[in-house]
Amino acid sequence: MSRYFVKRVLGTIPMMLVISILIFLFLHMIPGDPARQMAGKEATEEDLVKIRQELGLNDPLITQYKNYMEGLFHGDLGVSYKTGLPVSEMLLGRLKPTIELMLTAMVWSVLLGIFIGVLSAVKRGKFADYIGMFLAISGISVPGFWLGLVLIQIFSVNLGLVPTGGLDSWQSFILPSLTLGCGIMAVLARFSRSSMLETMREDYVRTARAKGQKEWLVVLRHAFRNSLVQVVTVTGLQIGGLLAGSVLVETVFSIPGMGRLLVDSIAFRDYKVIQAELLFFSLEYIVINLIVDLLYGVLNPKIRYQ
Amino acid sequence: MPERNETARAPEHEAEGPVVQAQSKTKAFFKKFLQRKTAVASAVFLLLLLIVAVVGPGMAPYDPAAPDYENLLTGPSAAHLLGTDEYGRDVLSRLMAGTQLTLGVSLSSVIIGAAIGTVLGVLAGYYGGILETLVMRGSDVLFAFPDILLAIAIVAMIGPGIINVVIAVAVFTIPSFARIMRSATLSVKESLYVEVARSIGCKNGRILSRYVFPGTVQSMIVNFTMRVGTAILAAASLSFLGFGANVSEPDWGAMLTSGRNYIGVASHLVYFPGLLIFLTVLAFNLLGDGLRDTLDPKIK
Repeated sequence: MSRYFVKRVLGTIPMMLVISILIFLFLHMIPGDPARQMAGKEATEEDLVKIRQELGLNDPLITQYKNYMEGLFHGDLGVSYKTGLPVSEMLLGRLKPTIELMLTAMVWSVLLGIFIGVLSAVKRGKFADYIGMFLAISGISVPGFWLGLVLIQIFSVNLGLVPTGGLDSWQSFILPSLTLGCGIMAVLARFSRSSMLETMREDYVRTARAKGQKEWLVVLRHAFRNSLVQVVTVTGLQIGGLLAGSVLVETVFSIPGMGRLLVDSIAFRDYKVIQAELLFFSLEYIVINLIVDLLYGVLNPKIRYQ
Repeated sequence: MPERNETARAPEHEAEGPVVQAQSKTKAFFKKFLQRKTAVASAVFLLLLLIVAVVGPGMAPYDPAAPDYENLLTGPSAAHLLGTDEYGRDVLSRLMAGTQLTLGVSLSSVIIGAAIGTVLGVLAGYYGGILETLVMRGSDVLFAFPDILLAIAIVAMIGPGIINVVIAVAVFTIPSFARIMRSATLSVKESLYVEVARSIGCKNGRILSRYVFPGTVQSMIVNFTMRVGTAILAAASLSFLGFGANVSEPDWGAMLTSGRNYIGVASHLVYFPGLLIFLTVLAFNLLGDGLRDTLDPKIK
């Protein structure tokens, strides 16, 4: 068991290194002079020299990468060109709303998604199945930002039930969390349904039924528990993607989180902040995938011993 | 020697067989596909959209760019079925004109991404070794940027604009095709007919183009259909964030973005473009589901 854990954890290190190199090179892949891009057309040569020095663009590439990695290990992500504040400080300040939003979206969407999927599989071909799958395919197809705008118009502007933006009260979480979780709910509903249909065809389910066990016990104890292994993987991948989804949702609902910061930084060409954000988003995704892999090993002994 | 010639001619003898087989397969496919009503309805809807995209501006009731300052932000009426925007331009005409741009951006980006991803995936699956490792690890790296974040990162690097959106969405499409086509190639590679082709001395290029690739086409078609929906959503999202089409252009995403400023007084400017994006993506997804169930029920 511990060998499996160590192997999986070590396996992510090369990936993290490649990602760090790519994100470091991000600044160098910008067409033209990054200093000129940041400073704008009216900048003087003096301004450009100053920015190049601040970004360390005059050093050899290897030295730049070494400095970048050293900074990373010390929690130093550079200084924002726009605000003059340390980037790490800016990210930390924006972390709370994003994490809160992610958690609230995660809880309802995972529970409801799996519930719809299981119900659709059990009621296959019946009315509940059609409704469930219609909801699911609509959830996958709807543009999240549009859904957010429509929800604001109906529930905030017309009915006045919830605030239009921000995250000041528990009511203000409702619409952003609905918008953010909609896609995950849909993907999980579809996946749990097909996974449940597969396990319900297994011999052990037939055996449980033949023994005369009650149908709900067959579904929950035998089919659902075994289909859960696959569902966990997809859930993990979807949760990893939530952070990226926050970019749109935070823009629609004017939430000062990490996603909104990324959009603003791109608009201001604040490259150090963009770099740090991309690094954070991708590392978060890798770490969540790793946790899912480890969980998969716990749930499925076959994987552990391979 | 004569024996060898006979063996080498074997596929030609079989050539008539596959033609007849292909015809009956096509018939069987249509028979099965036509039973899936939602997929057929989606195909009809998308076909209509395609017609609008081709002849759209000609069919539009008004000039999509012509302002009418006496009819600013009016709601749906008999004269303007979907209302007018902040310059008095007819929303229906703009949506019709925008079909070309929206479908053009998403289809071209998926075609580019699918072509590159398919070549990489098929070669990786067929040759294996270092090429496979490189392609798969490369896909892993691209997959480490969740959802549309990769597209946002690319646009952040190369700047906003329609062409850059096409590039960004194409890059974001590559890894999914590379992975799916690799696994499809791996299973086709083990087929008896590929083994036979190899044993009669066919070269790799011929085996790949005549036997391996056609065997993987089904997976490619299904993924292609699904990815067009994703590409429309990604391109619209980029437009919404201000990284895509210029807001003055009749792109559905850009229309929604500029309409957002008037949501309080003219919500139709947000409802209609969004609804059209939603229905189009829904149609591509339903069509993809239908094609998948018809072509390969195993991957359901």
